[in-house]
Amino acid sequence: MSDLIANIGFLQQGPFAIPRWEALFSNIDLLWQGTIVTLTVASLGLALALVLGTVLGVMAASHWRVPRAFTRAYVEFYQNTPLLIQVFMIFNALPMVFSGLFIPVITIGILGVGMYHGAYISEVVRAGIQSIGRGQLEAALSQGFTYVGAMRYIIIPQAMRIVLPPLTNQAVSLIKNTSVIAIIAGGDLMYAGDAFAGRFGHYGPTYVIVGLGYFLMCFPLAMLARRLEDRTRVL
Amino acid sequence: MIELVDVSKHFGHLKALRHVDLEVPAGQKLVIIGPSGSGKSTLIRCVNMLEKPSSGRVIVDGVELTALRAPVAKVRQSVAMVFQSFNLYPHKTVLENVALAPIVVCGVKKEQATEAALTYLKRVGLSDKADKYPAQLSGGQQQRVAIARALNMHPKIMLFDEPTSALDPEMIQEVLEVIIDLAQGGITMVVVTHEMGFAKEAADRVVFMDEGRIIEDGTPEHFFENPQHDRTKLFLSKILR
Repeated sequence: MSDLIANIGFLQQGPFAIPRWEALFSNIDLLWQGTIVTLTVASLGLALALVLGTVLGVMAASHWRVPRAFTRAYVEFYQNTPLLIQVFMIFNALPMVFSGLFIPVITIGILGVGMYHGAYISEVVRAGIQSIGRGQLEAALSQGFTYVGAMRYIIIPQAMRIVLPPLTNQAVSLIKNTSVIAIIAGGDLMYAGDAFAGRFGHYGPTYVIVGLGYFLMCFPLAMLARRLEDRTRVL
Repeated sequence: MIELVDVSKHFGHLKALRHVDLEVPAGQKLVIIGPSGSGKSTLIRCVNMLEKPSSGRVIVDGVELTALRAPVAKVRQSVAMVFQSFNLYPHKTVLENVALAPIVVCGVKKEQATEAALTYLKRVGLSDKADKYPAQLSGGQQQRVAIARALNMHPKIMLFDEPTSALDPEMIQEVLEVIIDLAQGGITMVVVTHEMGFAKEAADRVVFMDEGRIIEDGTPEHFFENPQHDRTKLFLSKILR
């Protein structure tokens, strides 16, 4: 039996050989540190995206022409250019425009995914607001609410229920997209994994475990989104 | 209390209102009648600027709402509206529906607004539904909550835009009774309705509209017994059989 195992070549050598796994697991704290960076960028980036997305979404659904045009331009820019270019712009171009400006790489990540997903979330919020019947806004306005007050107390709380499942999906993509900062030495899970793998060539096990790490962060959210979706269908 | 001067409203090519003049003194109970598409809903919605007139002036409680930067939201606090489709806030309980705007918009203390809300819910016969959500109520009950919500703003003017048109026949009466009861008080009321019985019973004045114009204007007696205009006679012959 042991002969059999010993003779299975790919466990002894090759990309997934057992020693490579052992090397990875004895250095697993590197991946932990990366995971913490990823979670930091993801949670703060999500907070930024939610604030931006809500403000822009309300503006996009309003009858004010200038804010509407602004949000349209913002959304089209961010939806139709790669996130990677946006991150490079913040990383390379901004310090050249404002000479000497130093932006920590984690902040670049937060700004990058926050502004990018802010655009997507604003579209989700806009659609949610527009799905609430016109009568709700009219009722609120007729009672003396301002437009912003009507949004805050009447429209957005109702839109939130509808918007929650697609919003959760946005959170999932946001977590995955934090991995772009690996390219600018972001210290995140992807970067930590890649750096370790490159040093000794342990690519196989490392990418499997890094991928699993992202999966474990995202899958519960994706499940939550599905459950929320089922619930909104019942209501 | 309400003054419309030469008000017109166009929706693209459609002329919903054509040079309408209307003055409603304080305390008057005005009923607006007319075939559908005659502009009566547009007219009443111009009073609280849910529709902005294309031209003309709207003056409510001494404030010209059509002026630039008019304090429209402020004036709306004292001009309550009851809608055809109720438009209750579905994410709020009945009690919250009635108490919300006084608290948020007028700055009334929460306990005070809630207490007043319960009083008005009692007045419309629904104090036992305070903790329900609108979706748990019948249409007639929802519309009575909407009336309580309007009353809790302590309005000087109440606008009713076809308040019974979306109701099942057996629920119309319970809502009309509440409105008739209100009409005994001193509040200024403008009611767009197809309920001729209500017009006869509760109105001081009836206005008949057709094709965006007011073509008959007088007391209910005048309107039902001695209409001047052929269009009015034709309308009445169809509706009062």
